[in-house]
Amino acid sequence: MATVPLPPFQNLLDAHARDVHRFLIATVGPVDAEDAYQETWLAALRAYPQLRDASNLRGWLFTIAHRKAIDHVRARARRATPVPEPAELPQAPAADGPGRVTDDDLWSAVAALPDKQRTAVALRFIADSAYAEIATAMEISEPAARRNVHEGLKRLREERTR
Amino acid sequence: MNETNHREDVEMERTLRAALRGGRDEVPPPSIVDAAAAAGLLDVAYARLDSPVGTLVLASTPRGLARLAYVDEGQEDAVLQDIALRLSPRMIAAPARLDEPRRELDEYFAGRRRAFHVALDLRLLSNFTRRVLTATAAIPYGGVATYKEVATAAGSPRGFRAAGNALGSNPLPIVLPCHRVLHSGGGLGGYTGGLNRKRTLLAIERGPGTTA
Repeated sequence: MATVPLPPFQNLLDAHARDVHRFLIATVGPVDAEDAYQETWLAALRAYPQLRDASNLRGWLFTIAHRKAIDHVRARARRATPVPEPAELPQAPAADGPGRVTDDDLWSAVAALPDKQRTAVALRFIADSAYAEIATAMEISEPAARRNVHEGLKRLREERTR
Repeated sequence: MNETNHREDVEMERTLRAALRGGRDEVPPPSIVDAAAAAGLLDVAYARLDSPVGTLVLASTPRGLARLAYVDEGQEDAVLQDIALRLSPRMIAAPARLDEPRRELDEYFAGRRRAFHVALDLRLLSNFTRRVLTATAAIPYGGVATYKEVATAAGSPRGFRAAGNALGSNPLPIVLPCHRVLHSGGGLGGYTGGLNRKRTLLAIERGPGTTA
Protein backbone atom coordinates (compact mmCIF):
# COMPACT_ATOMS: atom_id res chain seq x y z
CA MET A 1 0.00 0.00 0.00
CA ALA A 2 1.45 3.30 -1.04
CA THR A 3 1.55 5.84 1.74
CA VAL A 4 0.05 9.17 0.80
CA PRO A 5 2.53 11.97 1.49
CA LEU A 6 1.44 14.53 4.07
CA PRO A 7 0.32 17.72 2.34
CA PRO A 8 2.03 21.02 3.23
CA PHE A 9 0.69 22.17 6.61
CA GLN A 10 -0.56 25.34 4.94
CA ASN A 11 -3.27 23.23 3.27
CA LEU A 12 -4.72 22.45 6.71
CA LEU A 13 -4.69 26.12 7.63
CA ASP A 14 -6.38 27.08 4.37
CA ALA A 15 -9.08 24.46 4.79
CA HIS A 16 -9.79 24.55 8.52
CA ALA A 17 -8.38 27.66 10.24
CA ARG A 18 -11.63 29.60 10.19
CA ASP A 19 -13.72 26.74 11.52
CA VAL A 20 -11.22 25.89 14.26
CA HIS A 21 -11.30 29.55 15.26
CA ARG A 22 -15.10 29.62 15.33
CA PHE A 23 -15.23 26.37 17.27
CA LEU A 24 -12.93 27.79 19.94
CA ILE A 25 -14.80 31.09 20.17
CA ALA A 26 -18.00 29.09 20.70
CA THR A 27 -16.46 26.77 23.30
CA VAL A 28 -14.13 28.99 25.35
CA GLY A 29 -15.30 32.50 24.43
CA PRO A 30 -13.60 35.18 22.34
CA VAL A 31 -10.99 36.13 24.96
CA ASP A 32 -9.51 32.68 25.59
CA ALA A 33 -10.04 31.67 21.97
CA GLU A 34 -6.92 33.53 20.83
CA ASP A 35 -4.62 31.48 23.07
CA ALA A 36 -6.50 28.23 22.52
CA TYR A 37 -6.24 28.80 18.79
CA GLN A 38 -2.44 29.23 18.84
CA GLU A 39 -2.06 26.26 21.17
CA THR A 40 -4.20 24.08 18.91
CA TRP A 41 -2.20 24.85 15.80
CA LEU A 42 1.19 24.58 17.49
CA ALA A 43 0.24 21.19 18.95
CA ALA A 44 -0.93 20.07 15.51
CA LEU A 45 2.24 21.39 13.85
CA ARG A 46 4.41 19.63 16.42
CA ALA A 47 2.75 16.25 15.90
CA TYR A 48 2.17 16.58 12.16
CA PRO A 49 5.29 14.93 10.66
CA GLN A 50 4.70 11.78 12.75
CA LEU A 51 1.04 11.52 11.81
CA ARG A 52 0.42 8.01 10.45
CA ASP A 53 -3.07 8.41 9.10
CA ALA A 54 -3.75 11.54 7.08
CA SER A 55 -7.21 10.40 5.95
CA ASN A 56 -9.12 12.51 8.50
CA LEU A 57 -7.07 15.62 9.16
CA ARG A 58 -10.14 17.65 10.06
CA GLY A 59 -11.23 15.17 12.72
CA TRP A 60 -7.68 15.09 14.06
CA LEU A 61 -7.53 18.90 14.26
CA PHE A 62 -10.85 19.18 16.08
CA THR A 63 -9.80 16.53 18.57
CA ILE A 64 -6.78 18.70 19.39
CA ALA A 65 -8.92 21.85 19.47
CA HIS A 66 -11.36 20.17 21.85
CA ARG A 67 -8.52 19.21 24.23
CA LYS A 68 -7.18 22.76 24.22
CA ALA A 69 -10.70 24.08 24.86
CA ILE A 70 -11.05 21.74 27.86
CA ASP A 71 -7.71 23.01 29.23
CA HIS A 72 -9.03 26.56 29.07
CA VAL A 73 -12.42 25.74 30.58
CA ARG A 74 -10.69 23.92 33.46
CA ALA A 75 -8.20 26.71 33.99
CA ARG A 76 -11.06 29.16 34.12
CA ALA A 77 -12.93 26.96 36.59
CA ARG A 78 -9.84 26.96 38.83
CA ARG A 79 -9.68 30.73 38.93
CA ALA A 80 -13.45 30.76 38.98
CA THR A 81 -15.83 33.27 40.33
CA PRO A 82 -19.19 31.65 41.07
CA VAL A 83 -21.01 33.69 38.44
CA PRO A 84 -20.18 33.54 34.74
CA GLU A 85 -17.91 36.32 33.59
CA PRO A 86 -20.04 38.55 31.41
CA ALA A 87 -17.01 39.88 29.59
CA GLU A 88 -16.40 36.39 28.22
CA LEU A 89 -19.79 36.23 26.54
CA PRO A 90 -20.56 37.97 23.29
CA GLN A 91 -22.87 40.84 24.09
CA ALA A 92 -26.39 40.73 22.75
CA PRO A 93 -27.64 44.00 21.28
CA ALA A 94 -30.43 45.46 23.34
CA ALA A 95 -32.54 47.11 20.69
CA ASP A 96 -33.93 44.13 18.84
CA GLY A 97 -37.66 43.66 18.75
CA PRO A 98 -39.40 40.73 20.44
CA GLY A 99 -39.12 37.37 18.74
CA ARG A 100 -36.15 38.49 16.70
CA VAL A 101 -33.25 36.17 17.38
CA THR A 102 -29.95 37.64 16.30
CA ASP A 103 -26.67 35.86 15.72
CA ASP A 104 -25.36 37.50 18.85
CA ASP A 105 -28.24 36.13 20.93
CA LEU A 106 -27.50 32.71 19.62
CA TRP A 107 -23.79 33.01 20.34
CA SER A 108 -24.61 34.04 23.90
CA ALA A 109 -27.05 31.17 24.28
CA VAL A 110 -24.47 28.69 22.98
CA ALA A 111 -21.85 30.15 25.30
CA ALA A 112 -24.23 29.60 28.23
CA LEU A 113 -24.74 25.88 27.52
CA PRO A 114 -23.12 23.31 29.81
CA ASP A 115 -19.59 22.40 28.62
CA LYS A 116 -20.40 19.09 26.95
CA GLN A 117 -23.51 20.34 25.20
CA ARG A 118 -21.72 23.45 24.02
CA THR A 119 -18.81 21.44 22.64
CA ALA A 120 -21.07 18.89 20.97
CA VAL A 121 -23.21 21.61 19.40
CA ALA A 122 -20.13 23.48 18.20
CA LEU A 123 -18.61 20.34 16.69
CA ARG A 124 -21.88 19.48 15.02
CA PHE A 125 -22.70 22.87 13.54
CA ILE A 126 -19.33 24.52 13.05
CA ALA A 127 -17.16 21.54 12.19
CA ASP A 128 -20.03 19.62 10.56
CA SER A 129 -18.91 16.53 12.43
CA ALA A 130 -20.78 13.25 12.29
CA TYR A 131 -21.82 11.89 15.68
CA ALA A 132 -19.04 9.31 15.49
CA GLU A 133 -16.51 12.12 14.99
CA ILE A 134 -17.97 14.13 17.86
CA ALA A 135 -17.66 11.01 20.03
CA THR A 136 -14.02 10.59 19.03
CA ALA A 137 -13.13 14.25 19.55
CA MET A 138 -14.85 14.39 22.93
CA GLU A 139 -13.75 10.91 23.96
CA ILE A 140 -17.29 9.87 24.80
CA SER A 141 -19.67 7.25 23.32
CA GLU A 142 -21.62 7.93 20.18
CA PRO A 143 -25.03 7.82 21.94
CA ALA A 144 -23.64 10.30 24.47
CA ALA A 145 -22.51 12.56 21.63
CA ARG A 146 -25.95 12.40 20.09
CA ARG A 147 -27.60 13.09 23.44
CA ASN A 148 -25.41 16.12 24.09
CA VAL A 149 -26.23 17.64 20.72
CA HIS A 150 -29.95 17.08 21.22
CA GLU A 151 -30.02 18.36 24.77
CA GLY A 152 -28.06 21.39 23.66
CA LEU A 153 -30.51 22.04 20.85
CA LYS A 154 -33.45 21.59 23.19
CA ARG A 155 -32.07 24.12 25.60
CA LEU A 156 -31.38 26.60 22.78
CA ARG A 157 -34.91 26.17 21.52
CA GLU A 158 -36.28 26.85 24.99
CA GLU A 159 -34.14 29.98 25.25
CA ARG A 160 -35.43 31.12 21.97
CA THR A 161 -39.11 30.70 22.67
CA ARG A 162 -38.83 32.14 26.14
CA MET B 1 -39.90 13.69 19.55
CA ASN B 2 -43.07 15.16 18.08
CA GLU B 3 -43.51 16.72 14.66
CA THR B 4 -43.41 20.34 15.82
CA ASN B 5 -40.25 19.83 17.80
CA HIS B 6 -38.63 18.12 14.87
CA ARG B 7 -39.48 20.97 12.55
CA GLU B 8 -38.18 23.47 15.07
CA ASP B 9 -34.99 21.45 15.44
CA VAL B 10 -34.39 21.54 11.72
CA GLU B 11 -34.90 25.27 11.68
CA MET B 12 -32.73 25.72 14.76
CA GLU B 13 -29.97 23.74 13.10
CA ARG B 14 -30.13 25.93 10.05
CA THR B 15 -30.00 29.07 12.14
CA LEU B 16 -27.13 27.69 14.20
CA ARG B 17 -25.08 26.79 11.16
CA ALA B 18 -25.56 30.24 9.69
CA ALA B 19 -24.92 32.06 12.95
CA LEU B 20 -21.91 30.09 14.17
CA ARG B 21 -20.16 30.33 10.85
CA GLY B 22 -19.23 33.91 10.63
CA GLY B 23 -21.49 36.64 11.83
CA ARG B 24 -21.21 40.17 10.60
CA ASP B 25 -18.20 41.14 12.65
CA GLU B 26 -16.24 37.94 12.47
CA VAL B 27 -12.60 38.40 13.35
CA PRO B 28 -10.33 36.50 10.98
CA PRO B 29 -8.14 33.87 12.65
CA PRO B 30 -4.76 35.25 13.69
CA SER B 31 -1.56 34.16 11.94
CA ILE B 32 0.38 31.36 13.60
CA VAL B 33 3.61 32.05 11.69
CA ASP B 34 5.47 33.95 14.43
CA ALA B 35 4.40 31.56 17.18
CA ALA B 36 5.39 28.57 15.05
CA ALA B 37 8.80 30.08 14.30
CA ALA B 38 9.36 30.99 17.96
CA ALA B 39 8.54 27.39 18.94
CA GLY B 40 11.02 26.09 16.35
CA LEU B 41 8.20 24.45 14.42
CA LEU B 42 8.32 26.42 11.19
CA ASP B 43 10.52 24.05 9.18
CA VAL B 44 9.68 25.63 5.83
CA ALA B 45 8.38 29.12 5.08
CA TYR B 46 7.35 29.71 1.49
CA ALA B 47 6.17 32.46 -0.81
CA ARG B 48 5.34 33.10 -4.43
CA LEU B 49 7.06 35.57 -6.70
CA ASP B 50 5.94 36.77 -10.13
CA SER B 51 8.84 37.20 -12.49
CA PRO B 52 9.78 37.51 -16.19
CA VAL B 53 10.27 33.74 -16.15
CA GLY B 54 6.83 33.05 -14.69
CA THR B 55 5.67 32.32 -11.18
CA LEU B 56 8.35 31.15 -8.77
CA VAL B 57 7.93 29.44 -5.42
CA LEU B 58 10.61 30.20 -2.84
CA ALA B 59 11.05 28.00 0.22
CA SER B 60 13.28 28.77 3.19
CA THR B 61 14.35 26.74 6.19
CA PRO B 62 15.73 28.45 9.31
CA ARG B 63 19.17 28.06 7.67
CA GLY B 64 18.33 29.84 4.46
CA LEU B 65 16.77 29.59 1.03
CA ALA B 66 16.53 25.88 0.20
CA ARG B 67 14.38 25.73 -2.90
CA LEU B 68 13.45 27.97 -5.78
CA ALA B 69 10.99 26.32 -8.12
CA TYR B 70 9.55 27.27 -11.46
CA VAL B 71 5.79 26.85 -11.41
CA ASP B 72 4.15 25.93 -14.68
CA GLU B 73 0.44 26.49 -15.24
CA GLY B 74 -1.62 24.38 -12.83
CA GLN B 75 1.44 22.85 -11.21
CA GLU B 76 1.60 24.82 -7.98
CA ASP B 77 0.09 22.12 -5.76
CA ALA B 78 2.48 19.53 -7.15
CA VAL B 79 5.45 21.86 -6.63
CA LEU B 80 4.45 22.56 -3.02
CA GLN B 81 3.80 18.88 -2.31
CA ASP B 82 7.25 18.05 -3.66
CA ILE B 83 8.85 20.62 -1.35
CA ALA B 84 6.90 19.23 1.64
CA LEU B 85 8.13 15.76 0.76
CA ARG B 86 11.76 16.75 0.30
CA LEU B 87 12.13 19.28 3.11
CA SER B 88 9.36 18.90 5.69
CA PRO B 89 5.55 18.94 5.78
CA ARG B 90 5.77 21.60 8.52
CA MET B 91 5.42 24.19 5.81
CA ILE B 92 3.52 27.47 6.04
CA ALA B 93 3.00 30.33 3.60
CA ALA B 94 4.95 33.19 5.17
CA PRO B 95 5.83 35.78 2.51
CA ALA B 96 7.37 38.24 4.99
CA ARG B 97 9.99 35.64 5.88
CA LEU B 98 11.13 35.62 2.25
CA ASP B 99 11.35 39.37 1.78
CA GLU B 100 15.14 39.30 1.35
CA PRO B 101 15.37 36.69 -1.41
CA ARG B 102 12.32 38.14 -3.14
CA ARG B 103 13.89 41.58 -3.14
CA GLU B 104 17.21 40.29 -4.48
CA LEU B 105 15.44 38.35 -7.22
CA ASP B 106 13.34 41.38 -8.19
CA GLU B 107 16.54 43.40 -8.51
CA TYR B 108 18.18 40.65 -10.54
CA PHE B 109 15.25 40.50 -12.96
CA ALA B 110 15.37 44.28 -13.28
CA GLY B 111 19.06 44.03 -14.26
CA ARG B 112 20.14 45.82 -11.09
CA ARG B 113 21.75 42.89 -9.26
CA ARG B 114 24.68 40.74 -10.35
CA ALA B 115 25.16 38.52 -7.31
CA PHE B 116 22.96 37.03 -4.59
CA HIS B 117 23.78 37.41 -0.93
CA VAL B 118 20.90 35.59 0.75
CA ALA B 119 21.77 32.69 3.04
CA LEU B 120 21.33 29.34 1.32
CA ASP B 121 20.44 25.95 2.73
CA LEU B 122 22.07 23.40 0.42
CA ARG B 123 20.52 20.30 1.99
CA LEU B 124 18.77 19.30 -1.24
CA LEU B 125 22.07 19.03 -3.10
CA SER B 126 23.99 15.76 -3.21
CA ASN B 127 27.77 16.04 -2.82
CA PHE B 128 28.42 15.81 -6.53
CA THR B 129 25.64 18.25 -7.39
CA ARG B 130 27.03 20.61 -4.79
CA ARG B 131 30.51 20.48 -6.40
CA VAL B 132 29.07 21.06 -9.87
CA LEU B 133 26.80 23.91 -8.80
CA THR B 134 29.57 25.53 -6.77
CA ALA B 135 31.59 25.50 -10.01
CA THR B 136 28.75 27.24 -11.87
CA ALA B 137 28.58 29.85 -9.14
CA ALA B 138 32.12 30.83 -10.19
CA ILE B 139 30.96 31.77 -13.70
CA PRO B 140 30.63 35.55 -13.61
CA TYR B 141 27.36 37.36 -14.26
CA GLY B 142 26.76 37.66 -17.99
CA GLY B 143 29.37 35.01 -18.77
CA VAL B 144 28.96 31.42 -19.87
CA ALA B 145 30.89 28.15 -19.57
CA THR B 146 30.61 24.71 -21.17
CA TYR B 147 29.45 21.51 -19.47
CA LYS B 148 32.99 20.20 -19.86
CA GLU B 149 34.53 23.20 -18.14
CA VAL B 150 32.10 22.91 -15.28
CA ALA B 151 32.74 19.17 -14.92
CA THR B 152 36.47 19.83 -14.87
CA ALA B 153 36.10 22.53 -12.25
CA ALA B 154 34.01 20.08 -10.20
CA GLY B 155 36.90 17.59 -10.33
CA SER B 156 35.35 15.17 -12.84
CA PRO B 157 36.66 16.21 -16.27
CA ARG B 158 35.14 13.16 -17.96
CA GLY B 159 31.86 13.45 -16.12
CA PHE B 160 30.28 16.18 -18.20
CA ARG B 161 27.14 14.14 -18.81
CA ALA B 162 26.75 13.58 -15.07
CA ALA B 163 27.43 17.28 -14.62
CA GLY B 164 24.59 18.01 -17.03
CA ASN B 165 22.28 15.85 -14.94
CA ALA B 166 23.43 17.55 -11.77
CA LEU B 167 22.65 20.95 -13.28
CA GLY B 168 19.25 19.65 -14.34
CA SER B 169 18.43 18.79 -10.74
CA ASN B 170 19.44 22.21 -9.40
CA PRO B 171 17.06 22.97 -6.48
CA LEU B 172 18.10 26.64 -6.53
CA PRO B 173 18.07 27.76 -10.17
CA ILE B 174 18.92 31.41 -10.93
CA VAL B 175 20.63 31.79 -7.53
CA LEU B 176 22.99 28.95 -8.43
CA PRO B 177 23.37 29.99 -12.06
CA CYS B 178 23.20 26.73 -14.00
CA HIS B 179 21.68 28.75 -16.86
CA ARG B 180 25.20 30.01 -17.66
CA VAL B 181 26.31 26.54 -18.78
CA LEU B 182 26.10 25.84 -22.53
CA HIS B 183 27.19 23.18 -25.03
CA SER B 184 30.76 23.53 -26.30
CA GLY B 185 29.41 24.10 -29.84
CA GLY B 186 27.54 27.14 -28.56
CA GLY B 187 24.18 25.35 -28.36
CA LEU B 188 21.96 26.21 -25.42
CA GLY B 189 21.98 22.70 -23.96
CA GLY B 190 19.18 21.93 -21.53
CA TYR B 191 17.54 23.72 -18.64
CA THR B 192 15.57 22.70 -15.60
CA GLY B 193 12.87 25.27 -16.35
CA GLY B 194 12.84 24.86 -20.11
CA LEU B 195 14.96 26.63 -22.73
CA ASN B 196 12.75 29.73 -22.95
CA ARG B 197 13.54 30.55 -19.37
CA LYS B 198 17.25 29.95 -19.98
CA ARG B 199 17.18 32.37 -22.94
CA THR B 200 15.37 34.98 -20.87
CA LEU B 201 17.89 34.78 -18.03
CA LEU B 202 20.86 35.01 -20.41
CA ALA B 203 19.25 38.01 -22.12
CA ILE B 204 18.70 39.76 -18.78
CA GLU B 205 22.37 39.28 -17.97
CA ARG B 206 23.51 40.61 -21.34
CA GLY B 207 21.67 43.79 -20.55
CA PRO B 208 18.94 45.87 -22.19
CA GLY B 209 18.77 46.11 -25.95
CA THR B 210 20.14 42.64 -26.54
CA THR B 211 18.07 39.69 -27.71
CA ALA B 212 18.33 36.04 -26.85
